Formats: sequence, structure tokens, C-alpha cells
Amino acid sequence: MKKLQQNIAFWIIRIMSFSIIAVLLWIIFFIVAKGIPAISWDFLTKMPEEGMTEGGIFPAIVGTLCLCLGSMIFAFPIGIMSGIYINEYAGNARIIRFVRMMTNNLGAIPSIVFGLFGMSLFVNTMGFGDSIIAGSLTLGILVLPVVIRTTEEALKQIDDSYRIGSLALGASKLQTISKVVLPMAMPNIITGLILSIGRVSGETAPILFTVAAYFLPQLPDSIFDQVMALPYHLYVLSTSGTDLEASRTMAFGTALVLVLMVLILNLSANALRRYFSRKTKTN
Amino acid sequence: MNIIETKDLDFYYGDFHALKGINMDIEKQTVTAFIGPSGCGKSTYLRLFNRMNDLIPGTRMTGNILIEGEDIYAKGVEVDRLRKKVGMVFQKPNPFGKTIFDNVAYGLRVNGIKDKKYIADKVESSLKAAALWEEVKDKLKKSAFELSGGQQQRLCIARALAIEPEILLMDEPASALDPISTAKIEELIFELKDRYTIVIVTHNMQQAARVSDKTAFFYLGELIEYDDTGKIFTNPMKVETQNYITGRFG
Repeated sequence: MKKLQQNIAFWIIRIMSFSIIAVLLWIIFFIVAKGIPAISWDFLTKMPEEGMTEGGIFPAIVGTLCLCLGSMIFAFPIGIMSGIYINEYAGNARIIRFVRMMTNNLGAIPSIVFGLFGMSLFVNTMGFGDSIIAGSLTLGILVLPVVIRTTEEALKQIDDSYRIGSLALGASKLQTISKVVLPMAMPNIITGLILSIGRVSGETAPILFTVAAYFLPQLPDSIFDQVMALPYHLYVLSTSGTDLEASRTMAFGTALVLVLMVLILNLSANALRRYFSRKTKTN
Repeated sequence: MNIIETKDLDFYYGDFHALKGINMDIEKQTVTAFIGPSGCGKSTYLRLFNRMNDLIPGTRMTGNILIEGEDIYAKGVEVDRLRKKVGMVFQKPNPFGKTIFDNVAYGLRVNGIKDKKYIADKVESSLKAAALWEEVKDKLKKSAFELSGGQQQRLCIARALAIEPEILLMDEPASALDPISTAKIEELIFELKDRYTIVIVTHNMQQAARVSDKTAFFYLGELIEYDDTGKIFTNPMKVETQNYITGRFG
């Protein structure tokens, strides 16, 4: 009887976990099957044409890459430094708890709210207009909590004996952090950073009011230009294009490119982590 | 000549009175062993010599510790300078996630030395002094984590020696090692005492008897007895010392 119960429970658990994999595979299969026909060299390298029913998505790919890069330039230094502050400097448990709570709250805000905030602050108040810089700053704020959290967790994994060992050799706290702790934590930090790039490349709501162009068949000249972006382009093609039926294949092609981009980022994060953990393996 | 002098030392972790009225002088170029049961304060006392207890919040100290006649807790003492003079080796080997070479060079670099030739020479001489050179000379660019536990601990000793300390503090340096590695560390301590003053905390009576010139027995935060090692182990004055070294408590 006990044995039977156990078997039933075990099978339920097993089916549940495999169903997740099934759903994931299904989504990927669906997008690949529908998107493959659209993929061609021209699709990846040409401007959209004929009311976005023909041509390619090159400006959207470039736009998304610009936004990834821009948001990272903004979010990485601030996020990593905040993580270092929380884990290495803050000391006072009250302050740490407060900063951590605020960080978590920031992470829980719906992304459309970031979009509105970015529009109000960067686009209007600071006068950047709809631009790469406004979009990058907005996306940067959005991923800050992820970057901070990752850095904090990575630093926490470094045993105190290394810090103490460094201080005992006459190193200052700053030297200890920058020369011993940070290098040892780097593999895990980098992994988190790459995952946050994946997040940024897929967000639609924050760029809606801050940077994304409906149709702009040219590449940006400066950070104050608008760009097209993959997720928004996908949204446009599926809901408000000139001819929804005609652009359906293009939409799936765009989705496939986006998914592949995120997938490649995640896989490279894994590869990097494995590479680094072999190199600076802690015992 | 006394290199470390302690006067009326009391030390507290919060309300806990960890060290009580310690008066003790340590001679230059000797090996002094601190023994006593866990929680007797011997490690706490050791860590006061290079101010590592500064890192623990909520501690308080009264009295004085003088190193080469200088009060190391006086205002204006630069702690990193002090720690350069007073090196430390810890219980668990803690080499950094760097190459063997960079581990030994680390202390020199953080103390502002940039001369590559000097650093390379110093790394070699320190590894030789720590009896590790022969084993690692062909793999200086390999990660320190590839070494065995005993080798890692000797690497940590080399790392401490590279910055030319006067005093070497060792907090149970062999307790995480196998007997062969332990023997090597003890041999090393014997060789190092010509040039350094060594203070070693140990739980191992035989180790204290083998390596040290003087032994201090601590119990419940008090220095019970401090004398020549031979005398402590053969003819202690106090009954507590007698009981501890014969294994009746601790």
C-alpha cells in the first residue's frame, strides 16, 4: 500500500516535470516550423519593404543589439557596484535589508511601468526624445535588480577565508575585493550578466514609449535616434501591420530570430560558466 | 630581547570576557606554542597580534600589546603596515584562485612593489624557504588549487614569508592536513625559527612539544602557565596544566 502510494506520487512528480520540457519543446517546434520559411540571408540583412510584408528585419536586429549594449553599459557598472556595496561594505544588517528589499521591489514592478517612467523621465523631462539612450536607460533600470542580485550571490559564495587571508598580507579592503574576491566571483557574475542581456533583448513594454519605431528602414546614426527592435517589430507585425495575413510569416521569422538570439546568449552563459569554473575552481 | 610584550590585556566579545588579565612577553626568534582546550582564548589572543580581531564587530580590548616596543593599538598605527610585519597562516589552507606564482607575489604587489625581477626572485626564495620550490618550480603558472592540501598550506606559508615579516602567526596550521604534510610543516617551522619569531596555536600536544621553545597554557581566558616547553611537558607548576597535558580534561 505504502509502496503503491509512493509510486503514484513519484509518477505525478515525474509527469509534471516532463510536461515542462514538453511545453518548451512544443513552443520551440512551433516557432521553428512556422518561422523557418521566412528565414533567408535577405531576411536577416535587408530593410523591410512593401509595408513590412516583404524584405527583411535588419534594422530591428541592429536596434535590439544597440539596446542590449546600451542597457548593459548602464546597468553593469551600477549593478555590480551595488552588489559589492551590499555584500562587502554595507555591514549594517538594517541597511542591507533595506537595500535588498528595495532591489526586490524594483524587480517586481511590471515592465510597462518602467516604460511609462522612462518616457516621463528620459524622453520628456531630460529631453532625449524617443531614442536609443532613453530606451537603454529604461531597460538598464529594469535589469538592475537582476545584476545586483547576481553579483551579491556570486560574492556571497566566496569564502571569508580568502578575504581574511588577503587582509592578513597587508592588503586594503579595496585591494582584497578587486584583486581576490571579484576575480574569483567573476564566472558567476558573468553568467548572471548574460542572462540579463537575454531578458533585455526580449522586453517590449519598456521600449514601447522610449525608443521603438513602428517602421524605420534605416540604421541609427547616433544614440539619440530611434530604432526598430525585434520584440516590438513582432508585436507590430502581428497586431498592427498594413496587411496582417501577408506579414504572418515575417512575424514568425522575427520570433524565431529573437528566440535564437536569447537561446545563444543562454548557452554561451553556460559555456562561460563551465569554462571559468574549471579555471578558478574553488576547493 | 622581547619582540612582543602584552600588558594587562583584557578582551571581550560583546559581554563575553574572552581574555583575562594577560601579561606575557615573547622573545625574538623563538617558537612559542599556545595550547589549551577549545574556547580558552588562545586563537583570539593570537589574532590580536596582527589586529585581525578588528574585523569582528562588537569586540573591546583594554591593556596594551607592544611589538618591537610600539603599541600596535595606539592611534595612528597603520594596520596594513602592521600586518606586513606580522604574517599569518590559517587553519585551513586558503590560497587565492590565482596561479602559484601570483599567490606568492600577491603580498608584494598589494604593498606597492612593482619591480618584476625583484618579485620573481622573492617568489622563488619564498617558495624555497617554505620547502615547496622543488615541487612547483615547473608549474608556477598553474592554479594553486591544483596543489594538495599540504602543498597549499606551504604555499600559504611562502605567501606570508614573501613580504618579509618579523613575526609569523600560525593558527593550527596543520590541523587540516595528513600526518606526512604535518611532519613537513613542523620541519619547516624548525627551519624558519632562525629568521622569524613564530607563535603557533595548536591542539596537538606532541606538536607543541616537538616544535616549540616555549609553551603557554590557556584555560578559560586566563594564561595559566608559560614556561620553557621542556618544563611545561615534564614538570608543570600548575595542576590545571598537568591535567590538560596528560589528557584529563580539554
